Amino acid sequence: MNHAYDVSHLLAGLMIVASFALLYQDRIFAVLNIFAAQAILLSMAVGWEAWTQQRPHLFITAALALGLKGIIIPVALHKMIVRLGVHRDIDQVVGVGKTLLIGLALTSLSLMLVLKVTATAESFTREGLALALAIILLGFLMMITRRNAITQIVGFMSLENGLILAATGARGMPLVVEVSVAFSVLIALFVFAVFVFRIRERFDSVDIEALEDVRGDTK
Amino acid sequence: MRDTVILLFGQTIQMFLVLLIAPGIAGITRRVKARFMRRQGAPIIQPYRDLIKLVRKESVVAQNASWLFRSAPYAILAFTWVAAALVPTFASGLMFNWAADALALVALLGAARALLALAGMDVGTSFGGIGSSREMMIATLAEPAMLLVLLTMALTAGTTRLPEVAEFLISAPITVRVSLALALVALIIVALAENARIPVDNPATHLELTMVHEAMVLEYSGRHLAMIEMAAQLKLVLYISLIVCLFLPFGMAPAAAGPAAWPLGMAVYLVKLVLGAALLGAWEVSIAKMRVFRVGEFLGGAFVFAFLAILLAFVTREVLN
Repeated sequence: MNHAYDVSHLLAGLMIVASFALLYQDRIFAVLNIFAAQAILLSMAVGWEAWTQQRPHLFITAALALGLKGIIIPVALHKMIVRLGVHRDIDQVVGVGKTLLIGLALTSLSLMLVLKVTATAESFTREGLALALAIILLGFLMMITRRNAITQIVGFMSLENGLILAATGARGMPLVVEVSVAFSVLIALFVFAVFVFRIRERFDSVDIEALEDVRGDTK
Repeated sequence: MRDTVILLFGQTIQMFLVLLIAPGIAGITRRVKARFMRRQGAPIIQPYRDLIKLVRKESVVAQNASWLFRSAPYAILAFTWVAAALVPTFASGLMFNWAADALALVALLGAARALLALAGMDVGTSFGGIGSSREMMIATLAEPAMLLVLLTMALTAGTTRLPEVAEFLISAPITVRVSLALALVALIIVALAENARIPVDNPATHLELTMVHEAMVLEYSGRHLAMIEMAAQLKLVLYISLIVCLFLPFGMAPAAAGPAAWPLGMAVYLVKLVLGAALLGAWEVSIAKMRVFRVGEFLGGAFVFAFLAILLAFVTREVLN
């Protein structure tokens, strides 16, 4: 067996497990920790790819993933939560059991789909794409099932982890694009932060249920 | 002819080996727990003494108990014993190798569980009923996870026969397999639930609100209770052996080696079993029991792990071939 494949399979598999842990976990700081762990796993996966496939520019991607998403974004979100004073439990729209079952169905779907479609591609690409699509869909699912604005941000960021994984597997995303995506995610964080604080100012809560009653004409 | 006799002899050794060591393994777990709680603890042979005492005692049966109530303990012991004798322990090439199928194992355990639940409801006491209902709730969650774990192994090794899975894992080069790690976690959770161990049920409790297994067997006494206790101890040995056989088969005597390799295989097996029992004891003192209604989430976790394991095993197979 080739170790290059084994290790990348291990890291991508652990990323999926982290995605499921994100869906399952309902304490807000634990969600942040799992998200940071997933980003670190991502940077390790990208770094491993760079090492085994001799593509040194991927090291920059790995460093960006580690620095921005493994450290800066979790710390920033942590500070935001403390300032907002929302350390309490997260409430979910759908129950945990149903969410996990939907997650399993989405994972199966993406594996079946990608493995069928990319039958002729090489093994690294197929594996990376299949698992990355699963992570992206799980990120979507997290954004849908959560009502708290902060955990929705985490869902979005985790979705973006999947995108980076896909880009690494697909060999061909130029470095410029990767760097700009990484920084636009950082900018997105600022935008989100501004929005979250505005929502909070207006409704005294970051539960987006409160937004559903807004018609646009409330002053 | 001679070969057949030897293989039959090996199978007989295994059958009586698991029966003989089962109370001892339970004793070790209890002893380790007691020592961690800074108590003296009963000697390891205490479960043997308990069983002998129970067999000698008169068996009290409720007036409205049916034949099912009286025959269930023997049938449960028989099912569990057959299952425990089929899991490869010290050698993989024994007489009834062909029958040691993962699905047959699940079916045997399921039959024993169904009988126990029926017997729990037979006399019509409320505790028996609540115990049966909870046991069935746990079983409906644990059994799919268990089947998925076994199918993951089957997908990796290409067969559902346990001895062949063990042989495959011994002979295959050591690689990092994330699907096997996930399957191991899932199987450990299932084993804890099936053996009524601490996060799910407490084997030492007689507190009415929390007991599951103990509630079902509350009406039993004397030799009937001895049979049921024996079956529970055998089940523990079975699950430890199953985990060892699927995830840590190293040291097991291969089919080709013949009886000369059996003593070494047996020594390694016993060491692994004792280690497993001690780890179980350490685990039980370090964690609190869950509320009954959280058990669903705990076992749901096992199901998710097992499902991910089988998906990842599937991806590996698809991608590499």
